[in-house]
Amino acid sequence: MHRLTSVEELEKIRKITLEEKSKKSSCLTVCLGTGCQAYAGQRVYETLKKEITSHNLTAEIELKATGCRGFCEQGPILVLYPGEICYCRVQPENVPDIIKTTVIENRIIEDLLYQDPVTGQRFIKESEIPFYRNQSRIILGANRFINPQDLGDYLAQGGYRALAKTLEEMTPEQVIAEIEKANLRGRGGGGFPAGLKWETTRRAPAKKKYVIVNADEGDPGAYMDRSLLEGNPHLILEGLSIGAYAIGADEGFIYLRQEYPLPLENLSIAIKQAEEYGLLGTNILGTGFNFSVKIKRGAGAFVSGESSALMSAIEGKIGEPRPKHINTALSGINGKPSNLNNVETWANVPIIIEKGAEWYTHIGNATNKGTKIFSLVGKVNNTGLIEVPMGIPLKKIIFDLGGGIPGGKKFKAVQTGGPSGGCLPQHHLDTPVDFDHLHELGSMMGSGGMIVMDEETCMVDVAKYFMHFLKDESCGKCVSCREGTRKMYEILEAITLGQGKEEDIPLLEELAWVTSNTSLCALGRTASNPVLSTLKYFRDEYEAHIREKRCPAKVCKALIQYTIDQEKCNGCGRCRNLCPQKAIEGEKGSPLTINAQSCIRCGICREACRFEAVIVR
Amino acid sequence: MKEKELENIINKYRADPTEIMNMLLDIQEKEKFLPKTALSYLSGKLGLPLTRLYQMATFYEALSLTPSGRNQIHVCTGTACHVRGADGILNKLEQKLSIKPGQVTPDQKFSLKTVNCLGACALGPVLLVNGEYYGHMSALKIDSMLQRSSE
Ligand SMILES: Cc1cc2nc3c(=O)[nH]c(=O)nc-3n(C[C@H](O)[C@H](O)[C@H](O)COP(=O)(O)O)c2cc1C
Ligand code: FES
Repeated sequence: MHRLTSVEELEKIRKITLEEKSKKSSCLTVCLGTGCQAYAGQRVYETLKKEITSHNLTAEIELKATGCRGFCEQGPILVLYPGEICYCRVQPENVPDIIKTTVIENRIIEDLLYQDPVTGQRFIKESEIPFYRNQSRIILGANRFINPQDLGDYLAQGGYRALAKTLEEMTPEQVIAEIEKANLRGRGGGGFPAGLKWETTRRAPAKKKYVIVNADEGDPGAYMDRSLLEGNPHLILEGLSIGAYAIGADEGFIYLRQEYPLPLENLSIAIKQAEEYGLLGTNILGTGFNFSVKIKRGAGAFVSGESSALMSAIEGKIGEPRPKHINTALSGINGKPSNLNNVETWANVPIIIEKGAEWYTHIGNATNKGTKIFSLVGKVNNTGLIEVPMGIPLKKIIFDLGGGIPGGKKFKAVQTGGPSGGCLPQHHLDTPVDFDHLHELGSMMGSGGMIVMDEETCMVDVAKYFMHFLKDESCGKCVSCREGTRKMYEILEAITLGQGKEEDIPLLEELAWVTSNTSLCALGRTASNPVLSTLKYFRDEYEAHIREKRCPAKVCKALIQYTIDQEKCNGCGRCRNLCPQKAIEGEKGSPLTINAQSCIRCGICREACRFEAVIVR
Repeated sequence: MKEKELENIINKYRADPTEIMNMLLDIQEKEKFLPKTALSYLSGKLGLPLTRLYQMATFYEALSLTPSGRNQIHVCTGTACHVRGADGILNKLEQKLSIKPGQVTPDQKFSLKTVNCLGACALGPVLLVNGEYYGHMSALKIDSMLQRSSE
C-alpha cells in the first residue's frame, strides 16, 4: 500500500473498500473483547471459521472479530447481518447448528436469543434488547462493525473523514471554536471544558507542544477506555490528530495502563497502519501537517493517572504529582506546553467535527452535552458498558438498562466516581447523571465506573475498601494524604472488627477535612469522599457496628456467625467435605452443625449448600 | 538474561532513556522479574543512576525484583470484584497455596498477586491466570482452576 497523499486518495480507497465489502452477502460478527474472550470467544471464532470454510461459504460470508459490544454479561455475542440476528452466550458447540440452521436455512434458533430475565420475552435483533434500546451509542456503537485490526473497517464506517475535513477546510481556531461550541467536557473525571484547555496550550508561547491520551484508567471497576482502545483504536488516533492540529503539536503520547495487553496490541497495529497509509507521520494526506504518536506504558500506579504525574512518567521519571504552580497545559512534558485528555474525551472529537457542534449539543442537558459511557457493574442484572445521554436519571440506568438487582434483592447504593467518588442511596435515584448533579450530592461523575450495591453490601466495608486502596496508592509525598488515609483506614478497620468507639465518627470527619484541605493532588483532596458520603447516607450502619457490634449487611466477619438451619439441612455432607477448617460436625444423613470456634466465616459452606440451609447471623 | 537480549530491548527503544519503563516491562515480560544484572547493565548503557531504576522497580506495583512462580495468579480486588466477593476468593487461594499476595510457593509453582482492576469488571469476580481470564469465579471453583492451570 502506498501512502495516501491527498483527501481524494482517501476517498478513493474508502470507495474501493466499500465495494469490496459489498460483494459478500452477509456478515457474521463475533465479539472478541476481553470479556467475551474469557467465555471462550476465541474458540467460537475459530470454529466459525472452520465451519464457514467446510460449507464453502467463504465467498458469501464475511466473518468479523469485533471489539467489545458492551453487553459482557451475555457474551460471547454473535450477530448476523443482514437481519441483525443476535445470539448470546454462544459456545463452540453451538456453531455447526448456527451455520446450518440460521446461515443456510435462514431459521432462528430460539434458545440462543436473548431472553429478558423478568418477562421471559425473547428478542431477535440486537438493537431491540432493552439493554441496548435505551442507549445512545454515538461513540461505542461503531465497535460492533469494526475489526480493530483492520483499518478498512474503520474507513468503511466513515473513519478519518473528520480529520480530512479538519485539515482541508478548517483553521485551528475553527476547530477549537467547534469544540467549545459543543461544550465538550473532559471525561476523565473533572469535567473541565476541553476547548478551553486546548486554547491555553495553543496560545502558549513555544514551538514544541504535545498532546496526550490518558489511558491509565485507574478507577477500579471501570473499563470504558479499555473497550474503546481495544475495539476502535483508530477513533482515538483520529481524535488525537485533530487535537494536535488545533493545538499546534507535532508529537503525541498514549499513556496506557500496563494491565491491558489487548489494547496495547490493537493500538500498536493501528499506529503502524496509520503510518503506512500516511494518516500519521509527515505531510499527512498531503496537507503539510506532521504528527507522530508513541505509546508509553504505565505499571500499576493509580496516582500516575494524575496529569503532572503522568507527564513525569512519560519523561521516564517516577509518576508522582508535582505542585502545579504552572499548569501542565503551559508547562508539561520537558517543560513544554502539553494537553492531556482522557480516551473518551478524544473519542468525542471526530464525531463533533463530522456532525457539527449544533447536532452534538442536542444530546444531553443544559450544561452537560453529549453522552457518557459507564461501566455498569456489581450487583446488577445486566452488567456491561452502557452509553447514555448525560442527564439521564440514575434509576433509569440501574433498572431499565441494568434490569435491576439480581436474585430479587433490595437495592442499597450506587457508587460513582471511583476512589474519589461517593455512594448514593435509594432516595437519590432520580438524580440526573451528570458532572454537576453528582458533585452536588457529594459524589462525582468520575471516569464512568458505576458500581451497584445491594442489601448484602456493607457500607462501612465499602468505605474501608476504598481507604485501603487509597492508602496503598498514595505516593506519600504529602503527610496529610499518606497519614490521613492510613489513619482513616485503621479506624474503619477497627469498626468492622467490632472495636469501634463512639468518638470514631467525629474523628473520621476531622481527618477527612484535614486530608482534603491540605493535600497537593486530587488523590488526597478527594480521598475522603467515600467516607463522607457513606457517613452522610448510611450513618446508621456505622452506628450499628459501633454501638451494637452488628453488621446489618452481614459482611464483616468479626460480627457474624454461620449456623445451619436444622429444618432445611438433610445432612448430605457437601459442605462438610468442602469446609477448609473441618468445622462442620455431625453424622451424614442427619442435620449438621458448625463449630463456631474453628469456623473462619469463609462462606464456602453457604455457597456449597443446595438447600439454602446455611444461614448468617 | 543474555547481554544480546538486553541490547535488543535497548535498541528497540533507540537507547532513549525516557523509554526506560517500556524497557523494564519488556525485560520483566521475558524474565518474569527484573534481575539485578539487567538493571546494572541498563543503568550503565543509558547513563541513568541505578538508584533511579530501583526507585521505579519499587514504586510500581507491576514491577518486581524477585522471581515469580511458574504459574502466575492475579486476583482482581477492584471495586466491582470486591462487592461480588473477591475477598473470599483471595482468602481461599491464600489458604490453598499457603502464601500471601506478593509471595511465591516454596516449590516455585505458583505466585499470587492482587491487582486493582483487570478491566473485565462485568465478569466479576475475575482472576487472571497465566494471561487467561477467569470470570464469575467463586471459592468453589478454585480447586479445578488450580489443577487446570498447573497441568
Ligand atoms: C489520582 C488521580 C488519578 C487519575 N487517573 C486518571 C485516569 O486513570 N484516567 C484519566 O483519564 N484521568 C485520570 N485522572 C484525571 C487526570 O488528572 C486529568 O484530569 C484527565 O486525564 C484530563 O482529561 P479530561 O479533561 O479529558 O478528563 C486522575 C486524577 C487523579 C488525581
Ligand atoms: S474490578 Fe475486577 S476486573 Fe475490574
